[in-house]
Amino acid sequence: MSTVIRVENLDLFYGDFHALKKVPMEVLARHITALIGPSGCGKSTLLRTLNRMNDLVPGVKITGSILFDGKEIYGPGIDVCTLRKRIGMVFQRPNPFPLSVFDNVAFGLRVDGRSSRRQIEDIVEQSLKRAWLWEPLKDRLNDSALSLPLDQQQRLCIARLLAVEPEVILMDEPCSALDPISTSKIEELMLELKKDYTIVIVTHNMQQAARISDYSGYMLLGEMIEFDATDKIFTNPREGRTQDYISGRYG
Amino acid sequence: MERHFDEQLQALRSHLMKMSAMAEVMIADAVRSVVEHDKDAISPVYEREELVNTMQMEIDESCMKLIALNQPAAADLRFILGIIKTNSELERLADEAVNIVKKADHLLTVEQLKPFELIPETSNIARSMVRDSLRSFVNRNTSLAREVLQRDDQLDALKTKIVNLLKECMAEDSKTVSRALDLMYISRCLERIGDHATNIAENAIFVVEGVDVRHHADEKRAAKSV
Repeated sequence: MSTVIRVENLDLFYGDFHALKKVPMEVLARHITALIGPSGCGKSTLLRTLNRMNDLVPGVKITGSILFDGKEIYGPGIDVCTLRKRIGMVFQRPNPFPLSVFDNVAFGLRVDGRSSRRQIEDIVEQSLKRAWLWEPLKDRLNDSALSLPLDQQQRLCIARLLAVEPEVILMDEPCSALDPISTSKIEELMLELKKDYTIVIVTHNMQQAARISDYSGYMLLGEMIEFDATDKIFTNPREGRTQDYISGRYG
Repeated sequence: MERHFDEQLQALRSHLMKMSAMAEVMIADAVRSVVEHDKDAISPVYEREELVNTMQMEIDESCMKLIALNQPAAADLRFILGIIKTNSELERLADEAVNIVKKADHLLTVEQLKPFELIPETSNIARSMVRDSLRSFVNRNTSLAREVLQRDDQLDALKTKIVNLLKECMAEDSKTVSRALDLMYISRCLERIGDHATNIAENAIFVVEGVDVRHHADEKRAAKSV
């Protein structure tokens, strides 16, 4: 099992606020890693450091190390656009562009400008298939993406990512806007996708982390309290604080 | 939609099937060692006991993880509870096989008392109960499970008959006491094997129908609703 991302001693400040404190984390290839913890614990912040989304926040200061594929992502010579292509992100609310289904998935490829029309068509089809959207949408490729139900919109966002062939997919509460049936579809899709991709997910839903992840990190007040195999965390956690959170006594 | 969870449940089911097969063979060997005076059937029973014990722990651990990680409900929950309960019945079945072969060693060296004639029939019923209860559990066959429950009365009656005959032997001739006690112990083991099979059959009914038929609970419920 190879490590794709290794976080060590990561400190993050929003101005004076110390949001992440000496956080360690290891993300293994083709596994699902979940970050859990109460609101404000720093899990989304940590997720966003992994593809430098926090760069956009004014006053942010980051120290420590995040190695992706052996390279320091905050080091010199890192092209942030390339990084974000290799480490894509799916957000809480589905955010398709106000374009057709086809154009949404083709968007990244067109920006990249290296694919022929034929190649784009193939990749769009493959990406929709991988996100289990080809069957329901193959005759509706020109429909507006905004007309789709929310779970299809979210899977379309995943298809849009897959089209540019990322290595890691970051998901920030990807199901929180969805009902249980739509949620289980996304979860099943994630389990399918982990055969080829590495996934890191932030979720408020502990049961979701339990169901789908291989490794879980429990965060509290900016610290990584415990990071371990998910079955260990949910059956016999090392830390009393993890136990309290998992069993619903805290948070 | 086929769930990822279904694959895990299927794997659990296969694991339990392997353990069932192991326990069945152990009981067959144990019975053969006594009924057919087959000394060679003894040592495999001890060897398999270790395997069954390990499997019991593995299955329990899988069940705990499946519950903790998937929060199963309804049929899935009943299935996992059924597996946990059947798992412990299987381990006890294996223990009974060991109990039988422990006595077999001595029994093989002495002349058999007359009630021994009833042991083959008793063993056959016990074995058939084990086989069918496991089949009913694995194949979700509740009518087979209910047949198993009926056979338990037959088995209990035979065991009582053996015990009574052995009491007579001992009353007539005190030299038979040691042999009689061994046989009594074996008939008790066979009866318990039937009890474990009964429990497995009850688990099968619970898993499939969601009905608890232990301690005649279904009949009591029916009586109340009249």
